[in-house]
Amino acid sequence: MLAAILALTDAACSGPGTMTSASGPGAHRISMLAVGMFAIAAFVFLVVICFLAYGLFHRRQDADDEAPNLEDHGGTRMVLLGGIAFPIVVLIVLFVITLVALQAQANEDTGTHVFTINVIAHRWWWEFQYPTQGIDTANEVHIPTGEPVLMEVTSTDVIHSFWVPRLQRKVDAIPGRTNEVTVQADTDGTYLGECSEFCGLQHAHMRFNVVAESSDAFNAWVADQQKAAPEPPPGEALQGQQVFLGSSCVYCHSITGTNASGTVGPNLTHVASRTMLASGTIPNTPDELAAWIENPQAIKPGTQMPASGLTPTQLRQLVAYLETLS
Amino acid sequence: MATATEERLEEIWGEEPGPVSWFTTGDHKRIGKRYIVTALIFFFLGGVEAALMRWQLAQPGATHLTPEQYDELFSMHGTTMIFLFITPLFTGLANYLVPLMVGTRDMAFPRLNAFSYWIFLGAGLFLYAGFAVGAAPNGGWFAYPPMTGPVFNPGINMDIWSLGLIFLSISTTAGAINLIVTIMKLRAPGMSLARMPLYVWAMFVTAWMMVLAMPPLTYANVLLQLDRNLGTHFFDATAGGDSLLWQHLFWLFGHPDVYIIFLPAVGIISTVIPTFARRPIVGYPYVALATVLTGIIAFGVWVHHMFATGLPSLGLTFFAAASMIITIPSGVQIFAWLATIIRGRRPVFTTPFLFAIGFIVVFVIGGVTGVMFASVPFDQGVTDSYFIVAHFHYVLFGGAVFPMFAGLHYWFPKITGRMYSETLGKWSFWLIFIGFNATFFPMHIMGLMGMPRRIYTYSPDLGVGGLNLLSSIGAAVVFVGAVLVAINAIKSLVAGPKADANPWGAATLEWATTSPPQHYGFASIPVVQGRDPLWEQPELASNLTLTDGREILGTTVTDADPEEAIHMPEGSILPLLTALGFAGVFVSLLVGAEVAAIVAGVITLAFIGAWTWRIGGVPA
Repeated sequence: MLAAILALTDAACSGPGTMTSASGPGAHRISMLAVGMFAIAAFVFLVVICFLAYGLFHRRQDADDEAPNLEDHGGTRMVLLGGIAFPIVVLIVLFVITLVALQAQANEDTGTHVFTINVIAHRWWWEFQYPTQGIDTANEVHIPTGEPVLMEVTSTDVIHSFWVPRLQRKVDAIPGRTNEVTVQADTDGTYLGECSEFCGLQHAHMRFNVVAESSDAFNAWVADQQKAAPEPPPGEALQGQQVFLGSSCVYCHSITGTNASGTVGPNLTHVASRTMLASGTIPNTPDELAAWIENPQAIKPGTQMPASGLTPTQLRQLVAYLETLS
Repeated sequence: MATATEERLEEIWGEEPGPVSWFTTGDHKRIGKRYIVTALIFFFLGGVEAALMRWQLAQPGATHLTPEQYDELFSMHGTTMIFLFITPLFTGLANYLVPLMVGTRDMAFPRLNAFSYWIFLGAGLFLYAGFAVGAAPNGGWFAYPPMTGPVFNPGINMDIWSLGLIFLSISTTAGAINLIVTIMKLRAPGMSLARMPLYVWAMFVTAWMMVLAMPPLTYANVLLQLDRNLGTHFFDATAGGDSLLWQHLFWLFGHPDVYIIFLPAVGIISTVIPTFARRPIVGYPYVALATVLTGIIAFGVWVHHMFATGLPSLGLTFFAAASMIITIPSGVQIFAWLATIIRGRRPVFTTPFLFAIGFIVVFVIGGVTGVMFASVPFDQGVTDSYFIVAHFHYVLFGGAVFPMFAGLHYWFPKITGRMYSETLGKWSFWLIFIGFNATFFPMHIMGLMGMPRRIYTYSPDLGVGGLNLLSSIGAAVVFVGAVLVAINAIKSLVAGPKADANPWGAATLEWATTSPPQHYGFASIPVVQGRDPLWEQPELASNLTLTDGREILGTTVTDADPEEAIHMPEGSILPLLTALGFAGVFVSLLVGAEVAAIVAGVITLAFIGAWTWRIGGVPA
């Protein structure tokens, strides 16, 4: 029955968040521990069920005797062997594999890393700062495939938890503290990340993507992200920039190369380069973007972003501008 | 055909029927029944909350509930099930059973007992008042600050929660002390510690754990109240506080609390299994010792709820080891039950026995996944995912609610004097067993597929829609099964066949009383010569009738040698008035009326003064 958990998870139900489809050393370790422990657990369960079934259904000499049996004083050996000796053997195995895994994890976190990313959790989105590269982005973090990156995780408000099921364990994002975790992906791809500590109304919509790519692609992405936003072409996009800079958007958002330098919400300098909006809530298309700006509360009730109050024209212009920020 | 002794005892212990005694009674049987019925009502409410959540989660992206409603529902579901259902239910059952099982006539402090119930009722209503005023607690049952602090949760939602729990802790602590004293001092002559029924052992350890585990929770809640309402910063990192302080304090209560819930349940199982396997339990001293060890080790494992918070590795290793070791006492108990079944006579498949067997099956699943969390890296993978939700429902629903159903069916004839319907009982067992597994087994897989807990909706791309639907259907089946239990109870209460004193042919003393027991419980205090008195001693009656007044027998702590006759107080309205006084204090604090709180506090102290007043050594 327990082995069924793994079998089912692996075979029929592989999804973007399936831990056992591990694609990084951290998740591999968890996955191997899971396989080992599920095997042990299934064995323990079977042993108990066999004893139970035997106890319930084995044929008895005194089948009709309803009077309590007060003569038999045995059975203690079974309690001691089954209840103490058997668990001790199992637990020693479990403790040893746990220590080995824990040591490997500690070695990884204290080992060398190609660079560090500061992960800052906000209600309800993720900020990723690359101090070495001078990048500040949101909800989509790029890393070079096959290389260990150190993530330093913290929070500006409440407690969140940083989790990429297919890559690594959870680490809590706690205000006033910084927790470290090594993130490494074995193969190129986009990996789903999620907040896994209840953090209020939109805990459900606090996802992000980890994009692992070849070092060439990664370097190209870095170079793009380091650029300031280009001046928009005349027309709707330019008008949109004026809408942006003339509205309350600037209190919360930054766009490098303009005067907008708010730090409450995600940095929008390269917003059009991201695949999702609102922390993995909706795909980043012009229509969805417009709907989001018009009334974020309808899409993500409780989000810190208020409705914009823009006219339809302004909204169209603003979206045209934001679409230039790739 | 009451004898003269029985008539005399009824005169002394009987209560006037009618509304006055509703408010004054100190009879442990009436109070126990109240606890059970009140707790079952909260069980129903917690179940409705669960059903609404399963309705919302049956499909991805559903919008039946708003995020705020969903947060309130899961917060109150956890709070209800832990604080207002299972703990009070087991307290109530113990209230009813422990005095009978140890062969005495009441709890040690009848008025304190009444007081504990009133406080429980008051705190339950206090916590549920949140729904009435549109501000139910919404920070989860473990209420991590700073999310529950003044900045991020300014409404009164979490004030209701934290004040409500402080309020409730008065009841839990008073009830536990009452149980401890009853068990230590009121056991029938001859019932030495080595002969005490295992259910009584379980409640003894549980009560000690309650007394020791409540202070960290209350302390944490007092700090939270200070942060929220008086501007301190205990949990506020921006001003030098630390939110992890809350987690340590909370789980220093919270993990022992798991065993506060679980130990009474294993006490029930250790009672039910020998009865239907028709033999004394195998390995009695080891089971008793395992109960005590569980109670001790339970205080040393709290950090396994915090493996993802970034604590140092060495500390994690210690708590990993402790969390593994605590499974050994559970292993001892499981193999004692298995050995008892194997070496017993052909088992009698009654409803309580089925629930006990169902418990062993699901609890072993919950246990083996539980020990996995001791493996730190694995825990860091699955913690706060649905895998955890699956696990703790296997240990709490499987480990406590199955035994509760076993116990409620088992003692139904004793408490009500009627037999329940076995047919309905078996239907409800199979519905609950199958529904339970359909609800919670898929959650293991959802968790491994990356579904975090406490999300009000999920995206279809996660691929967990089908599993969630299965889980919701399972929840509906459980609900039907539970309703069937209620129908069975009501139907049997009205028209069930009359129950004998000992319909199961069980061994413990409560079955020596009539079904239901008289006000005085035992006409003569039994003198016990072994662990299974009703099996070993066909003739229990003694000449210890204590008919001089409202008296019970005090005995020594270890050997239960008779010491003295203890005079017991009559019922009184003071416990209710004192509880109302406390309610006044907490309601005033909630609405921020400091002066009213002080006035209510002074009035409460006056009631306590009147309550403890003695005239010639006898309560006034």
